[in-house]
Amino acid sequence: MLLIHCPYCDQTLPEAEFAYAGEAHIARPEDPSQLSDEEWRDFLFIRSNLKGPHFERWRHVHGCARFFNAVRDTVSDRFLLTYRAGEPRPDLSTPEAAQ
Amino acid sequence: MSQFRIPGKGRVKHDEKVTFSFDGRRYEGLRGDTVASALLAHGIHLMGRSFKYHRPRGPVTADSAEPNALIGTSRGAGRFEPNTRATVQELREGLMCESQNRLGALSFDLGAVNDALHPLFPAGFYYKTFMWPRSFWDRLYEPVIRRAAGLGRAPSEVDPDRYASRYLHTDLLVVGGGPAGIAAALEAARAGVRVTLVDETPEMGGSLLSDPEVEIDGQAAWDWLAAALDELRARGVRLMTRTTAIGYYHQNMIGLCEKLTDHLDTLPENAPRERMWRVRATRVVLAQGALEKPLVFHGNDRPGVMLAGAAQSYLHRWGVKVGERAVIVTSHDSAWHAAFDLAEAGTKIVAIVDTRAALADELRAEARVRGIEVLAGHTVTGTRGRLRVASVTVNPVENGRVGDPRMLHCDCLLMSGGWTPSLHLFSHTKGSLQWDEASRTFLPGRMTEDCHIAGAGRGLWGYLDALSDGAEAGAAAARALGHAVEPTGFAVAHDRPGTGESHKELPTDRRSHRVRAFVDFQNDVTAKDLRLAVREGMRSIEHVKRYTTNGMATDQGKMSNINGLMIASDAVGKAPPEVGLTTFRPPYTPTSFGAFAGYKRGATFEVTRATPIDAFAEANGAVFEPVSLWRRAWYFPQGGEDMEAAVARECLATRGGVGIFDASTLGKIEVAGPDAVEFMNRMYTNPWTKLAPGRCRYGVLLGEDGYIRDDGVIGRLSDDLFHVTTTTGGAARVLNMMEDYLQTEWPDLDVWLTSTTEQWATVALNGPKAREVLDGLVEGVDISAEAMPHMSVAECRVAGFRARLFRLSFTGELGFEVNVPARHGLALWEALMEAGKPHGITPYGTETMHVLRAEKGFIIVGQDTDGTVTPDDAGLGWAIGKKKPDFVGKRSLARPDLVAGGRKQLVGLMTEDGAVKLEEGAQIVLDPDQPKPMKMVGHVTSSYRSATLGRSIAMALIEDGRAREGETVHVPMPDGVVRAKVTSTMFYDPDGERLKL
Ligand SMILES: [Zn+2]
Repeated sequence: MLLIHCPYCDQTLPEAEFAYAGEAHIARPEDPSQLSDEEWRDFLFIRSNLKGPHFERWRHVHGCARFFNAVRDTVSDRFLLTYRAGEPRPDLSTPEAAQ
Repeated sequence: MSQFRIPGKGRVKHDEKVTFSFDGRRYEGLRGDTVASALLAHGIHLMGRSFKYHRPRGPVTADSAEPNALIGTSRGAGRFEPNTRATVQELREGLMCESQNRLGALSFDLGAVNDALHPLFPAGFYYKTFMWPRSFWDRLYEPVIRRAAGLGRAPSEVDPDRYASRYLHTDLLVVGGGPAGIAAALEAARAGVRVTLVDETPEMGGSLLSDPEVEIDGQAAWDWLAAALDELRARGVRLMTRTTAIGYYHQNMIGLCEKLTDHLDTLPENAPRERMWRVRATRVVLAQGALEKPLVFHGNDRPGVMLAGAAQSYLHRWGVKVGERAVIVTSHDSAWHAAFDLAEAGTKIVAIVDTRAALADELRAEARVRGIEVLAGHTVTGTRGRLRVASVTVNPVENGRVGDPRMLHCDCLLMSGGWTPSLHLFSHTKGSLQWDEASRTFLPGRMTEDCHIAGAGRGLWGYLDALSDGAEAGAAAARALGHAVEPTGFAVAHDRPGTGESHKELPTDRRSHRVRAFVDFQNDVTAKDLRLAVREGMRSIEHVKRYTTNGMATDQGKMSNINGLMIASDAVGKAPPEVGLTTFRPPYTPTSFGAFAGYKRGATFEVTRATPIDAFAEANGAVFEPVSLWRRAWYFPQGGEDMEAAVARECLATRGGVGIFDASTLGKIEVAGPDAVEFMNRMYTNPWTKLAPGRCRYGVLLGEDGYIRDDGVIGRLSDDLFHVTTTTGGAARVLNMMEDYLQTEWPDLDVWLTSTTEQWATVALNGPKAREVLDGLVEGVDISAEAMPHMSVAECRVAGFRARLFRLSFTGELGFEVNVPARHGLALWEALMEAGKPHGITPYGTETMHVLRAEKGFIIVGQDTDGTVTPDDAGLGWAIGKKKPDFVGKRSLARPDLVAGGRKQLVGLMTEDGAVKLEEGAQIVLDPDQPKPMKMVGHVTSSYRSATLGRSIAMALIEDGRAREGETVHVPMPDGVVRAKVTSTMFYDPDGERLKL
């Protein structure tokens, strides 16, 4: 069972308290009606499905109930970092992020 | 005294006899015995028959890696367990055990005909024979071969034992209580680390228990061991024996299975049989030691053929000689020490046969002192003896040529093919393995977890090295935990270091088709099978494994993996690391289902949610059905009514008078705040701005993909407060979805969401008499038709309780839903029952609710929809706020697929014969005479007998269904095709006259 750091509670807690919520940084378009069928399809269905660091959303569903973002390595299944919803996508190449 | 027990020797209690039975015969053993050691003390090696060939087999190990000596154990009704390793099962008074997989007596097994027919059972036998005709399945494979090949019989009774589960947090978990593990625990505990030390056996000590001659720090091994364990206890180390680390999971979570009662003479009241521990350790030391490998030669599976290390353990731990005349066959120094110890104990060592030509001088000298013949550079080419080895044939090997045979008479053959580090747990972590060419074995490579591996588990040999390495691992763990520590050193006398060689199958002078050299004893896989698999095209070790089943038995190839790899890599012509090792998976040893289930069985299998009115249903004979985690009253049979009769009565009573229904399980979400109406507009398809406080509306919730996710009636209580209801099963999902949008897409909206499902008890009253029942109980609001029209909501008091009163209908009748605080639910129900008595009020359950709603064509999300149904498909196009610029899923309703023709639409179906009820899920075709496979145009989603209409009704999703209204479709069923007419879903009161009361 993984351990996950909730950036709101600032605690590292067992995976069983959390729920996965899909890839992160896919904002719902401001005005969906302006999108072409292809653009809307991509928003709905196309995901990066990365091997390696993956930006994804989790919810501390059995805790503070907040949604937050995480970077998880899909090869090692390790969480590299977690951060609050709305914060910019971290640059993994910086040493602070690598910590 | 048993013939093969050495008085006073071993760690068993010679003054405490324990009786047990094996295959119906009573035997005496000693406290501390395993079934295997007790039987061996009586000279019994034959303990089972092999899986495929029914070959006679005896124990080959003294530990949990045992592939052969599998028995069924029992201590009375329900407490039968098959496939228990006799080498692990401790004796207890009255233990009943039986051998397995035999047809007839163990000594004369009818199934042994399989062995004579072995050319018929080559590698890939099952894959090949499955190609044969179907009829062979019924007459040959299933009844004969399946029965003849197998393990023990499955238990047939409910397990009466309890199983517990616990969590444990520890700074350092040490797996393995041998010298390395104890040294690690000592070092870390001395540094102040909280340590847990576990071992799968009943006693800490590991190999020290089998090597009492060794001296550590001036003390005899067993004295040092006792002192070390005392110190660990004194330092607060948690020592757990009979506790197997079964799996190593992410971030140092280790599963431990602790056996608590299998060794006890009598069962303590209410004690759990096993306890599963979920351990989270900051650091882990794996000190699991190494597993001895067999040598692969013709007849290496005969009873009496055993690992040399096992014989040494039987001698020192249990005081049992495994035979009177032993031949040693080895490629490793360790077996020499076993030979010397056995010689001391009085077993005649006929010869030490070593595959190596060059041998250590000290070993030769010690053999000479004891008068033991040494045959260096020799191979074994066969054994004889029907139920027990009686002789072994050995031949010299020079320059790869096998010389003339020589027969050695013996009653046991002790072999050693060297040692394999036990890397199962390490492999669970996806740590990489590195091939070590010098020792020809895999060693731990890159770590993925915060763990250390110590001792024989990383290829070290000898007590000094194991102890020092364990101490270093303990110190490293302590340092990682922030403690300053320098590992202490050890002084070891009479150490037994050694080296060895690894082999593929031993060279032989036999014709290859006559060689039966076993690699996997438990699955009866021979070296020849492995080579055949490679010849037939298997190249990957994973394919070879599956084709031959090598390493796939319950021992997971503990003994066979490396030998199998050596042979397969030789056959493929590649180096072993290029062929690779198969994956080890948890659990390390077979683990009972009970241990995994823990408390989650029977009534505590999962949570049962009961409504505040559950007690009434219980007391009034309701039949219940599970709905998500709720238990809901399904129907209320009276007299001897069956379900159909009860539902018909409940339906008619509701439509004719008044029915009462517990709707408390409905999901309820309070949407509150200045932006509540904007939030509702964005979430649901319907427009909400113009819905006045005091009114309610049927709302439809889509996913962003445009498909229906949920529905429910939503009341507006004030400008900034909505009472949202959801489906029973959808409550948590809907709240999650709302929170998701609110938190991450529209954090600017000032809205609060609160689940109130369990705060309100909800009672539905339906039927023309509903208002009359309610009238005298309502205060604070006028519920007349004029003052409170259909689809209204009011806050008032009902039966004296604060209430939210909805006028709505899921039945097509005049209907009210009364919500009161949950603690008053039962009192409200009883007040309504009392008030309804003069009107013949009738409680109804979920089945009647389903029938009544179907008669009106109201959908159940998840039954009439399946996640690919749009509002238009379901006939709910009217519920879409077409003028709203956006809502969740709106853009998708214009997706090409969703506006294209040919979509499945929800329609009604009436069978031509109203007495025939369609089956839910049945497929629908347009032409029943078309060739198979027929084109299926849809399926039945709901189907009931309608007492109101006096016939069956159904709903179905059918391609372009609405355009087919009036057409006949066909539903092919096993006993004939049912004809049905496509209709509207509105079967009853299509104009809604009955709501106008
Ligand atoms: Zn949290």
